[in-house]
Amino acid sequence: MPNILVCVKRVPATGARIVLTEDEQAINTRYLGFTVSPHEECAVEEAIRQIEKHGGQSTVLTLGPEEAAEQLRDALAMGIDEAVLLQTDVDDWGPMVTAEAIIRAIQSRQQEKGAFDVLLFGNESADNGGYQVGIRVAHALDLPCITGIKGLEIQGNTAVARREAAGGWEIFEVSLPAVFTVKEGINLPRYPSFKGKMSAKKKPIAQQNPVWKQDRLQKIRLESPIVETESAVILGKGPEAAPHVVQMLKEIGIVVS
Amino acid sequence: MNLVLIEHDQGKLSKTAMEVLIPARDLAKKTNTRFAAVLIGDNALSVVDTLQYYGVKKVYHVKHGRLDDYAPDAWAESVVQLIQKANPQTVLAVGSDRGNEVMARVAAKTNNPMAANCIAIEPGEKYRVTRVRWGGSLFEEAWLDGIPKLLTVATLTFESAEIPGSEKPETEEFVPELSDKDFRVRVTRRIPPEGGVSLSDARVVVGGGRGVGSKEGFALLEELAELLGGTVGGSRVVTNLGWRSHADQIGQTGTRISPDLYIACGISGAIQHWVGCMGSKTILAINSDPEAPIVTKADYAVIGDLHEVIPALCAEIKKMK
Ligand SMILES: Cc1cc2nc3c(=O)[nH]c(=O)nc-3n(C[C@H](O)[C@H](O)[C@H](O)COP(=O)(O)OP(=O)(O)OC[C@H]3O[C@@H](n4cnc5c(N)ncnc54)[C@H](O)[C@@H]3O)c2cc1C
Ligand SMILES: Nc1ncnc2c1ncn2[C@@H]1O[C@H](COP(=O)(O)O)[C@@H](O)[C@H]1O
Repeated sequence: MPNILVCVKRVPATGARIVLTEDEQAINTRYLGFTVSPHEECAVEEAIRQIEKHGGQSTVLTLGPEEAAEQLRDALAMGIDEAVLLQTDVDDWGPMVTAEAIIRAIQSRQQEKGAFDVLLFGNESADNGGYQVGIRVAHALDLPCITGIKGLEIQGNTAVARREAAGGWEIFEVSLPAVFTVKEGINLPRYPSFKGKMSAKKKPIAQQNPVWKQDRLQKIRLESPIVETESAVILGKGPEAAPHVVQMLKEIGIVVS
Repeated sequence: MNLVLIEHDQGKLSKTAMEVLIPARDLAKKTNTRFAAVLIGDNALSVVDTLQYYGVKKVYHVKHGRLDDYAPDAWAESVVQLIQKANPQTVLAVGSDRGNEVMARVAAKTNNPMAANCIAIEPGEKYRVTRVRWGGSLFEEAWLDGIPKLLTVATLTFESAEIPGSEKPETEEFVPELSDKDFRVRVTRRIPPEGGVSLSDARVVVGGGRGVGSKEGFALLEELAELLGGTVGGSRVVTNLGWRSHADQIGQTGTRISPDLYIACGISGAIQHWVGCMGSKTILAINSDPEAPIVTKADYAVIGDLHEVIPALCAEIKKMK
């Protein structure tokens, strides 16, 4: 019966545009809600499905501010058993120091509660997009790591994972324990039930306080590159616009008369 | 000297493989050094001839009996051993699935930082890089430390332009020492593509969002796509509702598209969707809300109910045929 770990990261749920703070160090989150990457939501769902199928035990872990408990509770409400919060007071830990803190937390958790068989990460975090935390953790724990998976089958001690490549699929087979980084599309995550939400409130969250360190990939500033031109040519209203659209399609060479 | 890892699959270059070479050339020029391409596996030799047209003058060919198919740890270990031999200042790869994962593995093995998806690189003792965050909706300027500097280059950012009249590169063989452990993760089987035009290759994409209203509603979009020789995609809302499969999702956690024409129907234009479609040459929005972000960002817009606009548009196109 597998013991499964999932790592998620709290990020602001940005809408149509991103507004930066004045010092250009972060997104202005004053009017925003928070979420995790869709990849990580799918990783949580995958952990729950594997356990529904094979039995076992699941843990969700995050490194983030006190408020990141909200994202842990969301995972608990979906059906994860236990949660660990690596509470920080500095935003924006770089990928190397994030991985180091997660590695240490995994090692101490494993000593206490037994080894993880399956460790799930997102393929990339929504905000940082470092494409590396899962790989670094796998390396430090000397585990195989398959990235970007959109399918996972566990049979006893082996796992068969698949990922999309050039329109087809690549199939990988490894023995457990192993690390997998997940892409959205591996499953369709469930909505937490009312009962799930209620019981999530009561589940304890284990807490640790890792010490912040400067990463050797060091942010200087952020910049919002998307310029809104607001220059869209309105080709018309309703069905009457059709001839104007076709005219435009001719001009750009999509249809030929 | 810099090393540039060339992505290939059993001797076939991927679509974005060559996009790393212009930034590699620029960086080498800035630091007054040269760069060598790294080709891993025997079957990779088939691409050497192509490389000469992209300014590659030297190739390290990593040769090993077990490197006949993709194995990310074995690729990374080969690069690590080549770093020990050639002592490069920088190792670059393209920011594809494979490029990013191999470089992250190199970074973990050498205990170096790695900057993913860079769009600008200023060398120095530390490099000042600009890299893509939030799937393209934010850029970050950052200091990149490490010996060597490890980075990948964002795809769909740099051209892969050919340089005419160049010579065949000098090829040097390099035989790494690899163990069973380096082959724990390797492609054991493949399932080939099903055929049909993929989203990322399509010339015309018709995208549908929540405004399409139902799974059945997509029949309209299918018809329009068919008439224009294109394919259908959608927003995360429609894949989450199960109206389309996730393979059709355009955006930060789906596919990045770059067609000649993208028609966004009933899609609001959230930034995570926008970063997936902003590479399109022309964007037409069909939306009932004149204030929708997609309408202000698109090149053209039709304001109205897509259930009326699309049939009228299809009829108009059919008239021409
Ligand atoms: C980390 C992260 C990653 C994400 N990744 C992606 C991604 O990869 N791809 C993606 O798409 N989203 C992604 N999202 C979700 C994104 O934020 C939006 O929620 C989503 O794109 C909205 O989809 P939509 O435009 O279909 O729906 P809505 O935002 O609900 O918009 C529906 C639009 O349809 C219009 N409309 C309604 N009825 C009609 C009608 N009859 N005719 C014409 N127009 C009509 C409305 O005016 C509105 O503009 C991500 C979010 C996060 C936080
Ligand atoms: N602060 C964090 N807390 C928990 N998991 C994280 C954190 N940062 C990154 N991860 C995990 O590592 C994956 C890859 O992150 P990244 O390397 O930043 O792209 C994410 O999808 C998460 O699963």
